[in-house]
Amino acid sequence: MTRHLLRSASSPPAASPAVAELRRQIERLEGSAQVRPPLPFGIAAVDRHLPGGGLARGALHEVVEAGPAAEFAGSATLFAAGIAARLKGPVLWCLTRRDLFAPGLALAGLAPGRVIYVEGGRDRDVLPLVEEGLRERGLAAVVGEVTRLSLLASRRLQLAAEASGVTALLLRRWWTVAEKDVTALPSAAVTRWRIAPAASEPAPAPGLGRVQWQVDLMRCRGGAPCSWILEACDETGRLAVPASLARRPDSAALRRAVTR
Amino acid sequence: MTVSAVGSRRTIAAACPAAQRLGLHAGMAVAQAQAMVPKLHVWDATPEEDAAALRELARWAIGYSPVVAPDPPDGVWIDIAGCAHLHGSEEALLEHLLGRLNEQGVTARAAVADAPGAAWAVARFRGGGIIPVGRSVEAVAVLPVAALRISPSIVAVMQKLGVERVGQLAAMPRAPMVRRFGKDVALRLDQAMGHAFEPLNPLIPEETPLSTVAFAEPIGRLKAIKNVVHRLAEDLCKQLVKRGQGVRRLDLILRRVDQKGAHLRIGTAKATRDAPHLAKLFDERLETVDPGFGIEEMVLVASKTEPLSETQTEARGIAGVSAPDVDMSRLVDRLGAKVGAHRVYRLEPVQTLVPERMARKVPALAPVTDATWPENLPRPTRLLDPPEPVVATALLPDHPPALIVWRKVRHKVTHADGPERIAPEWWAGDTDGPSRDYYRLETDKGGRFWVFRDAPAAEGGRWWLHGFFA
Repeated sequence: MTRHLLRSASSPPAASPAVAELRRQIERLEGSAQVRPPLPFGIAAVDRHLPGGGLARGALHEVVEAGPAAEFAGSATLFAAGIAARLKGPVLWCLTRRDLFAPGLALAGLAPGRVIYVEGGRDRDVLPLVEEGLRERGLAAVVGEVTRLSLLASRRLQLAAEASGVTALLLRRWWTVAEKDVTALPSAAVTRWRIAPAASEPAPAPGLGRVQWQVDLMRCRGGAPCSWILEACDETGRLAVPASLARRPDSAALRRAVTR
Repeated sequence: MTVSAVGSRRTIAAACPAAQRLGLHAGMAVAQAQAMVPKLHVWDATPEEDAAALRELARWAIGYSPVVAPDPPDGVWIDIAGCAHLHGSEEALLEHLLGRLNEQGVTARAAVADAPGAAWAVARFRGGGIIPVGRSVEAVAVLPVAALRISPSIVAVMQKLGVERVGQLAAMPRAPMVRRFGKDVALRLDQAMGHAFEPLNPLIPEETPLSTVAFAEPIGRLKAIKNVVHRLAEDLCKQLVKRGQGVRRLDLILRRVDQKGAHLRIGTAKATRDAPHLAKLFDERLETVDPGFGIEEMVLVASKTEPLSETQTEARGIAGVSAPDVDMSRLVDRLGAKVGAHRVYRLEPVQTLVPERMARKVPALAPVTDATWPENLPRPTRLLDPPEPVVATALLPDHPPALIVWRKVRHKVTHADGPERIAPEWWAGDTDGPSRDYYRLETDKGGRFWVFRDAPAAEGGRWWLHGFFA
C-alpha cells in the first residue's frame, strides 16, 4: 500500500512552456483540439497524474476488474457508473447479459431516468451499438460491455468519441480464462483502468466499513501507469481517499532524512 | 332513446322511431317520459361518437361528390354541382342515395336546392325533395321560421310577435328586422333564400401518404437502392409537411423484375419527418434484400402517421446550445432498427423490496418519473438471476456465515452485515413462504457478496448467492 502511495506522490516532470506549446500544436494537427475540459476525479493525487488533470472527455476508456468474482465486474460497473453519473446528460448502456442491477447504479448517482439500455444479442453486436451511441452528440457517455475489442475496432470507437465529444467507457467482461487473456490485449483506448476490491477499513462496530478499491491505471496515453487505494463511489459518483491514508503523516520527509 | 344532462336537468337527446310513436320527442324531460312509458330503455348520449359517426357518413358520401361537409349534429351537405349527370338526373341521384342509406339502416331525408341553407330547411321541414333552380325563395317562404337555423329563443320571440313563416320575416322591412332580431337572423334568411353565399367546409379524405418511383431500367446495386430510398423519403416528407404529420411507421416495398417483392418495415419512437434520418433507418436492412435480376419499382408508404407541429428541427449540434432535455428519439430509432425496438428500453423503479422486481422495463422515450429506489439500502451492482446455491458455515445458527463455498471455491468471510429481512409480497403474486434474510459479506480477498438464507436456520433455510457489490 505504501508503495502505491509513494509512486503516486512523485509528480510528473514539469513541462517547459516550449514543450507545452509543441503539445498544443500536435493536438491541433491531430484534430482533437476541441476545448473539452477533462472530468476531474476530485482527488489531487489522481488528477495530478492524469494528463490534462482529469479523465479525458470524448475519448475511449477501458475498465477491467480483478479479484474474486471478477467475471461479474461488480466494482468496475460501479466505477463506470460513477464516471457516467458525474457527466451531464443521458447515458447509453449497451449490454449482452441481463445481470446488471439498476438499483445498484442509482446508488452511484446515476438516476434511472438518465440511462437508456440497449441489448445486443452477441458480443460482436454490441460494438456497432456503442458506435451508434458515440455519434449522438447529446449523450453524456456510452457504456459498453464487451469481451473482444480489436485494435481496429477500438480505434474506430476512439475516433467516433473524439468527433462527437461523447465519453466511451468499455467494461471488459470475460467468462472464461481464454477470454480473460483477450481483455489484456492492447487497444487504442486513452486509458485502461483495473478495479480490484480491497479489504474495507475496519469499522469500530461489527459490520462492513466503507468500500475500498485498488484502482490501477494500467495504461494512459501521455501518462505513466499508477495505482491508488481509493474509497468506492459515493451517492454522487465521487471517489475519495480513505481517511486512514489521508491522515497519515507525510512519510516523504522522513524517508529523505533516512537516505541522507 | 338517449339522454343528455344539462346541469341537473336530464332531457331526451334523441328518440328511436318506436319511442316517437309513443309520443316521446327530443327535448322532453326524462322524468316525464318515464312516467308516460314505465319500461323505457334509457342510454346516455355520446355526442363525440355521434360526431365521429357523422364524419364517417360524410366520408362515405364522397362517393357522390368530392365536396362533402358534415353538418353537426345530424346533417351532411353534399355539393352535387356537376355530379348529378353521373346518375342520370338529380332525382335518380337522390333516390340512389336514400336507397343506399336505407339499406344501411340509416333513416334519412334529403333535399336538393340552390343554396345549402335552402336544402337544410327543405330537408328538415318539408320532408325533402328537389327544389328546381331559382325556386328556393318560394320553397322556403312557406316554412316555419325555425327552418332558418336560428336559436330557439329567437324563434320563441318571433312567434310571440306573430311571425310564423319565413315569408313573413322576409316581407318585413329589413332595417327594423335586423335591429329587432340581430344580424345573424338576416344572414340566415339570405342564406336560405340563396341571396348570400355560404361556404362549405369540405371534408378532405385522409389518404395514406406514399411516394413511388418506377425505373425504366431495373436497378440492383445497393448504393443505387439507398439513393432511391433517400429520394423517396424526401418526397414523402414534403407531403407530410403539408399535412402537418410525422411518421411513426414506414413500409418500403421493393418490386423485382421477376414479380417477387421484398418488404421492409421500420418504426420510429416519436413522430418525425426528417428524411435523411428515416432513410438511414433503412440502410442496414437494405443489405439483407436480394435484388435478384433487378428492382423495377419502389414504394415508400407512411403506414402510420401522427400529427406533428411545425418546430425547428435543424438546430442540433450547434455549439453553445444546450437543450435541457436532449432529444434521444433519433438514437432510439437507429438502435431500434439495429436490434429491434423492444431491446431499447429504460428501467423504471418499482416500489418493492424484492430484488427481482425492483426494475421494470419501459420504452426508452417514456416520460421520466421522479420515482427512485430507496437510497439508504445497499444494493449490489450485479445480480445473479436465478440465485446460485452456496454452502455456508455459520458459527451460530442465526449468525452470518463465516465461510462460503461458491462454485467449488472457498471464500473466508471477514466482515458481515445483516440480516436485512425481505418478506414475500403476496399482493405481487409471491407464494406465501418464509422471508429471506439477506447478508452483505466481505471476504478476505476483498470480494463483496450478497447472500440470503431462504428460511430461518431453525427451519432448515438454505443459502443462496444473489449478487455482487462493488
